[in-house]
Amino acid sequence: MAEIGFVLNGAPVRLSATSPTRTLLDWLREERGLTGTKEGCNEGDCGACTVMVTDESGTRALNACLLFLPQIHGKALRTVEGLAGPSAELHPVQAAMVAHHGSQCGFCTPGFVMSMAAAQINGRTDHDDLLAGNLCRCTGYAPIIRAAEAVAGTPAPDWLRDAPVAAGPAPFAPASSDELAAWYERHPDAVLIAGATDIGLWVTKQLRDLPDVAFLHACKDLQRIEEGPLGFRIGAGVTIARLRAAMTGAHPAFAELLRRFASEQVRQAATIGGNIANGSPIGDAAPALIAMGARLGLRKGSARREIALEDFFLDYGRQDRARGEFVEVVTIPASAPGLACYKLSKRFDQDISAVCGCFNLTVEGSRIASARIAFGGMAGTPRRASAVEAALLGRPFARATFEAALPAFAADFTPLTDMRASKEYRLETAANMLLRYFLERTEVRVNVLEAAP
Amino acid sequence: MSVAKPLPHDSARLHVTGAARYVDDLPLPASTLHLAFGLSTVAHGDILSMDLSEVRASPGVVAVWTAADLPFANDVSPSVHDEPLLATDRVHYVGQPVFLVAAESHLAARKAARKGKIAYRDLPAILTVDEALEAESRFEGGPVIWARGNAEAAIAAAPRVIEGRLEIGGQEHFYLEGQAALALPAEGGVTVHASSQHPTEIQHKVAEAIGVPMNAVRVEMRRMGGGFGGKESQGNSLAVACALVARAFGRPAKMRYDRDDDMMITGKRHDFRIEYRAGVDEGGRILGIRFRHLARCGWSQDLSLPVCDRAMLHADNAYHLEHIRIDSHRLRTNTQSATAFRGFGGPQGMLGIERVMDHMAHALGLDPLQVRRANFYAEGAGASGGSISPTVKEGPEAPLPPGAAAGGRQTTPYLMEVEDFVLHGLTARLEETSGYAARRAAVAEWNAREPVLKKGIALTPVKFGISFTLTHLNQAGALVHVYQDGSIHLNHGGTEMGQGLHRKVAQVAAAAFGVDSDAVAISATDTGKVPNTSATAASSGADLNGMAVKAACDTIRSRMAEFLAEEHQSEPRKVHFEEGRVFVGGAEMSFAEAVARCYQGRVSLSSTGFYATPRLSWDRKAGRGRPFFYFAYGAAVSEVVIDTLTGENRILRVDILHDVGASLNPAIDIGQIEGGFVQGAGWLTTEELVWDDKGRLRTHAPSTYKIPACSDRPRVFKVALWDGANREETIYRSKAVGEPPLMLGISVFSALAEACAACGPHYPDLQAPATPEAVLAAVKRARGRNRGQT
Repeated sequence: MAEIGFVLNGAPVRLSATSPTRTLLDWLREERGLTGTKEGCNEGDCGACTVMVTDESGTRALNACLLFLPQIHGKALRTVEGLAGPSAELHPVQAAMVAHHGSQCGFCTPGFVMSMAAAQINGRTDHDDLLAGNLCRCTGYAPIIRAAEAVAGTPAPDWLRDAPVAAGPAPFAPASSDELAAWYERHPDAVLIAGATDIGLWVTKQLRDLPDVAFLHACKDLQRIEEGPLGFRIGAGVTIARLRAAMTGAHPAFAELLRRFASEQVRQAATIGGNIANGSPIGDAAPALIAMGARLGLRKGSARREIALEDFFLDYGRQDRARGEFVEVVTIPASAPGLACYKLSKRFDQDISAVCGCFNLTVEGSRIASARIAFGGMAGTPRRASAVEAALLGRPFARATFEAALPAFAADFTPLTDMRASKEYRLETAANMLLRYFLERTEVRVNVLEAAP
Repeated sequence: MSVAKPLPHDSARLHVTGAARYVDDLPLPASTLHLAFGLSTVAHGDILSMDLSEVRASPGVVAVWTAADLPFANDVSPSVHDEPLLATDRVHYVGQPVFLVAAESHLAARKAARKGKIAYRDLPAILTVDEALEAESRFEGGPVIWARGNAEAAIAAAPRVIEGRLEIGGQEHFYLEGQAALALPAEGGVTVHASSQHPTEIQHKVAEAIGVPMNAVRVEMRRMGGGFGGKESQGNSLAVACALVARAFGRPAKMRYDRDDDMMITGKRHDFRIEYRAGVDEGGRILGIRFRHLARCGWSQDLSLPVCDRAMLHADNAYHLEHIRIDSHRLRTNTQSATAFRGFGGPQGMLGIERVMDHMAHALGLDPLQVRRANFYAEGAGASGGSISPTVKEGPEAPLPPGAAAGGRQTTPYLMEVEDFVLHGLTARLEETSGYAARRAAVAEWNAREPVLKKGIALTPVKFGISFTLTHLNQAGALVHVYQDGSIHLNHGGTEMGQGLHRKVAQVAAAAFGVDSDAVAISATDTGKVPNTSATAASSGADLNGMAVKAACDTIRSRMAEFLAEEHQSEPRKVHFEEGRVFVGGAEMSFAEAVARCYQGRVSLSSTGFYATPRLSWDRKAGRGRPFFYFAYGAAVSEVVIDTLTGENRILRVDILHDVGASLNPAIDIGQIEGGFVQGAGWLTTEELVWDDKGRLRTHAPSTYKIPACSDRPRVFKVALWDGANREETIYRSKAVGEPPLMLGISVFSALAEACAACGPHYPDLQAPATPEAVLAAVKRARGRNRGQT
């Protein structure tokens, strides 16, 4: 029987890997009695179960409810019980939370403390982004931010020196993409798990048993970002957090969209390959990638093929992926200066888009020379707005052109009404996003996030 | 003295280290059974047959029960026995518990509960206000009507009439800790640990359900991970289910709802439609007004009557309304049974009149703040507080409503005198400190200049009545022990849900004995120690229990003083307890030494304490009397920005000045204000409950129901306390703080409406919650498009 080995609050742990889909949260609470890590939603939206995980790439805050035990093999795990010092002295983040009255009911507090401790280790002070995945219903966040600001820039205490451990081969986890390709061809009905931020819900909410799974985290060759003259080759196993960091220079609009992609805990686990392969019509990466002209590399066994990303999404729940074939790589151009990405949701952070519109226009002379426009939330798949694109192409970059293109949205999309938005609102705001694109390029203020009191 | 100090929450250190235990964290005996409910999938229907064979065969299942298997009362209602634990022959909403599974693990129970096969004959489901009105589906027969003066005549005679309608969405509590209970079999009864604001009611319902007197049931409650009203009655089902199983099997039984189940099963804040018609003069004074409250109460009565009453009791908010009539319809629908939620109807009632103020200002072209002031209650003689004068100076003279002599008192529509109206001074001070006037001008300039982003700013006041409107609930008990080493242990009837009640009460006890509040230990709320408690609700926790604890402490202190005075040939009134020392007849000793002497002298060092709120008299049927001991006040200025292309919006800055009387603990009070404000703003912005046309709640998890996240708090957030003492003799002249600040969030809604109004000449008629979609619709109405939509 394979074993899962890791370090828990400084002490080594070895478990026989029986069920691959036991969540870390359940194991901590039910087997270890470490009940400081809380279950608030069991779907990765509240952050009450946040723990710190350290491996060779550094320390991350992750949701324990969406982590299966094999995923922490070889890593160092720290829970809220392991944060205080050897003589029970409070971690600086804990002390600041007490001093600034950052806890009321206290149920979300361990999760906040873990997110803040991870931020301190990483020297990060973008508190709003790092804490977007930790919900608090009592404090209104003000005292929590005061606590976070109080420790900003201070060093992590020296008792927190977690390092990954040598634990042998990871169970249920091919060690390379070649191994994965061979295994998946033999097990085409298996479930591939990268970050588990989506598939985790199959287990925690749909209560499904997943007998045959392979974890992708050991396939280091899927986690590369290669930058060349023709653009970026992004391995399917690259996390959203790493992708965001890599895009900041070349594709700032895409990076800003990824800032609002789920939450820090989810971005640190979720992968670009997973976000594409699950085929969701409301995943936020696809519209931006399609607008940039991304291409998708798929692999089955030793056979590889490459397609335009928009061609991967055939219909709701159906993708151009054969049994035993998996997403290996996404390639995007080196730059796309005309790219703008607009995410529209009820709540700015950590919400699923009602509409996500991405626009990539180029202007030559005074005319629109190319137009790639793609939307999420407007159809059963992420989809290009071809009629709108056609209405813009070759025409002058002027308000009249954009206004004349607005009716084309109705030809491109017949969106649905659901709990996030009505079909009328979706259609109207999709069109308004096109106007916003124009106005933004004529120096009109269009971003409420940049308004000051 | 330990009161008034900004001490941290009593469990702060336990919270940050993960050592604070909630019900789900308690170590379980190995034989514990885990429970889950099988839920109705239809909104209204007769149960034709139930095939539970697969449930029974599911791995780990020990028992499966339906209503027919229950030995005694099948009822978990907090009011009129209309809420069975398990559905009998008919289901009334999607999510109603129909059968109960007991299994060896939480997961096994959840998996099994999904395997029930139930055949229903669908019945017509009443889901909306209009459907309920059409079907005359309501509680209390017809509408409840309270009136004063002659509203119709006053409106008819008024120069202008303002009328409109506001839809106000409900709100999910989203306590971070879901509902949970654990029952341990005890000799002759059961001990229950429940995440509940109302241990006595849990005790009562459990006793009925297992056929024992209340003395055979002990309920213990250390802390909740948030309550907000959602654990006033909604925990009954879990506790009763656990007690039944524990009794039947002699094994501990535990139940906790998965988040989705929690949101599907439990009640939420009532959504309201409020229709209004006001006769006004050109100066913006209301001459006569009618309100029609249409509340969707859900399938059972629960607490809907007092909730809807409180909405009526706050239809005036801060304004003197001479001629008023309120018709309140309590509608029965096939949805979750709406329940208590911070503010308890008050927020909805208050939003109604604040909406009228904004609508009137828009129609008359007046500054909304001017309109509000023109309708304020007169400043009463007692407005400056009881024995202590506020240090905040009065602001500029505000116009008084007609017929209100300065110093004269006016009465609310239910004829309670408003004795302590502080909002003239409070809003003047806030207007000044927030820079309201200059910022309002700056907002207008911005709006004239910017084509896409529009701003709005609004100042709204809060006057909130403090006391349970069911008068007999305004009582509390306490039990205080002083041990021979000088340490103090106390229990009281209140529950700790994060509001810092235990810390405040410990400060009260410490002040009585002149010791540090860390010398006072408070253990779990326990029906075996303090009986017959009221729910920790209505903001009353510190008011009621603080006084009861003080009474108990005073009793013990008097006994000690009497003994020590005699021993030192002094008088009891000359014995002083200060800073951990006791001074008597020239002698001085530590508190512990004094206690030891008293113990040696065979003085009882334990006492109960009791408190009943004075001055209350309320005739609910007539809508007349004094339902409240006093009012708590506050005001907020919010500035927002909206995107007129998408309706996206942000809160830019918020300034709050709030009245907590003489604060027992300013840090805790400011925490309640900040948190209450953000929760209120969430209610009116991002938090949208959506049911589909089959009555299924589509927003049953945090992935779809969006409470404010970190970045949604105001960019600039300034909170100050109004420095005046309570004129009434409350605990150290403090005021209740739990609920009132939530309604400060109304300022965000008003500011958003202002921003929408900046887009065009028409009334934007913003509806709540002001999601981006609702804001965009209002922008279009302001511009005169989609005029047909209201």
